[in-house]
Amino acid sequence: MRKNIWLALALAIILPTMLLTVSCAKKQVDTGTMAPEPAAEQPVAAAVVPTDDADAKARMEAERLQAQEEERARMAARNAFINEDVYFEFDSAALLPMAQNLLSQKAEYMRAMPGINISIEGHCDERGTDAYNLALGQRRADAVKSFMVNLGISASRLETISYGEERPADFGQNEEAWAKNRRAHFSIY
Amino acid sequence: MNGMKSTVGLICVLAALCLPTGLRAEIKYLDLTNPFIRKIPMAVPVFQATGPGDAAVAQVSSFADELQAMLEFSGYFKMLNRGSFLHDPQRSGITKAAINFLNWTTVGAELLITGGIQIQGDEMVVELRLFDTFKADLLVGKRYRGTEGDRRTIARRFSTEVLKTLTGNSGFYDSRLAFVSNGSGHKEIYTCDFDGANVQRLTQKRSITSFPAWSSDGKHLAFTSFVNGPSQIFIHNLGNGQEVHVRHKGVQIAPEWLPGKFELSATLSFTGDQEIYMLTGTGKMIKRLTNSRGIDVGATWSPDGKKMAFVSKRSGRPQIYIKEINTGRVHRLTFEGRYNTQPSWSPKGDLIAFSAMGQGEINIVVIDVDGNNPVQLTRNQGDNEAPSWSPDGSLITFSSTREGKSRIYVMTAFGTDQRRLLAMPGAQSHPKWSPNTLY
Repeated sequence: MRKNIWLALALAIILPTMLLTVSCAKKQVDTGTMAPEPAAEQPVAAAVVPTDDADAKARMEAERLQAQEEERARMAARNAFINEDVYFEFDSAALLPMAQNLLSQKAEYMRAMPGINISIEGHCDERGTDAYNLALGQRRADAVKSFMVNLGISASRLETISYGEERPADFGQNEEAWAKNRRAHFSIY
Repeated sequence: MNGMKSTVGLICVLAALCLPTGLRAEIKYLDLTNPFIRKIPMAVPVFQATGPGDAAVAQVSSFADELQAMLEFSGYFKMLNRGSFLHDPQRSGITKAAINFLNWTTVGAELLITGGIQIQGDEMVVELRLFDTFKADLLVGKRYRGTEGDRRTIARRFSTEVLKTLTGNSGFYDSRLAFVSNGSGHKEIYTCDFDGANVQRLTQKRSITSFPAWSSDGKHLAFTSFVNGPSQIFIHNLGNGQEVHVRHKGVQIAPEWLPGKFELSATLSFTGDQEIYMLTGTGKMIKRLTNSRGIDVGATWSPDGKKMAFVSKRSGRPQIYIKEINTGRVHRLTFEGRYNTQPSWSPKGDLIAFSAMGQGEINIVVIDVDGNNPVQLTRNQGDNEAPSWSPDGSLITFSSTREGKSRIYVMTAFGTDQRRLLAMPGAQSHPKWSPNTLY
């Protein structure tokens, strides 16, 4: 989770920086071509064409870079949406404040991407018995779905499935590993 | 609670010792209040070849071993070492008239089994007899006719006769176990004989397939699988291999058949809440059985089908409750511990086994159906889960991680004679004992 925050932060710094760099380059091209203009009529005519050309090229380059950045941001947002899981306490399907914040962000993402539908997976740690954990996993998935519906996401876009303790994220046998397994996971289908 | 139980047990043992020795002459074969505390010493000498030819001679020792192992599995008998026997196998016979019972009472045997094998061509004829050595009485004798390949079947049949004669129960020798193993890379359902022999694979779904449950006639096996997406209940016809699955949205968990009926209970969540429902054997809805917010899962039925024990979180933590189907009345069974699940109702109707999680372990506990006298049967032996009773209520199978990987174990209903049933690649879990009608 931390890694993604740093990534987002880094992009938040790089993005505007790149935009600034692009506009600076544009300015330089402008002053460069401006100089020969007042020299002569024909040279003026000749000078105008190269200015537009270089201008257009620069603009296209800027747009290309911007599109690339937007694509990167989109991928980052999508990765965050898929990779950041919501975590639960032992034997509980209650959404803690941190979980609720994360779900609000995910709801925003879904509002921005009206075309996607998702599957919410409920998981449990390996302690406890597996029939009970299948039921608990379902409750976790359902709790997340209810919360998202309350935030305005249409229920038809949200499927739920429980894997109980069958698909742990971490196979360790300690509290650290178990905490990582008590989760609800989003996947886009 | 446990301390009290063992004190009571100790007092009973001391009281028994104080009884007049005149009681010894009238042998009570098996005290079914706890038949495993005092195992009956039994002798199974090498069989005799009662006909011409060598084919029978090759079997006399191994056949006797096979029958002895089967009877020992029940936990009722202490098998005496053949090295201590006084009789001369060449001289003594297999019928009452030909046996010197003093040879046997002297070495401490109270029960004796003799066997005679005759093989002629393809046909094998076997005579098996059970004697009470102190009374010099023949308790049961049978003659079986078959081929050499029928040896195990004959051993099973006679073991059933022995148990029926001594306990009145029909035992478990015609039953099988279903269980889950992931040795193939996926959790699949397998079956085996009561003693772990003859393992057969039932499913090839290459997904997560689990929770086997036998119908009470042994002809169908229900289970759950993720092969079509969310956990779904399948009903498999063991006769023709056909399968149907239950069509309801949401998770479907823990099918369990009703005794004597082609119906099963299961937890479904299509209303948004996990409740237990009753379905037909083809997966159609009959009615809803629980009505409370929160998780309700893992039903097990009393042998008369009138009561259902199940796990509910309605009081905040998973505990076991009992519902009377006719009156609808629900009352709580377990009050000790904070996490009690996986109830299994004994086919004798008087006890419920379940798993209790606490102090970092999961252990098997047995409790009266009234909620009294909980007895913990495992301790400091890894995680012990998913208890299931033998059809005569004398043994319990369960999964245990005491060796590391989860394995199938068997013990008596009193927690004695805990031993591993089988070991396969991967981990085995969810053992479920079938009714005694599979052969």
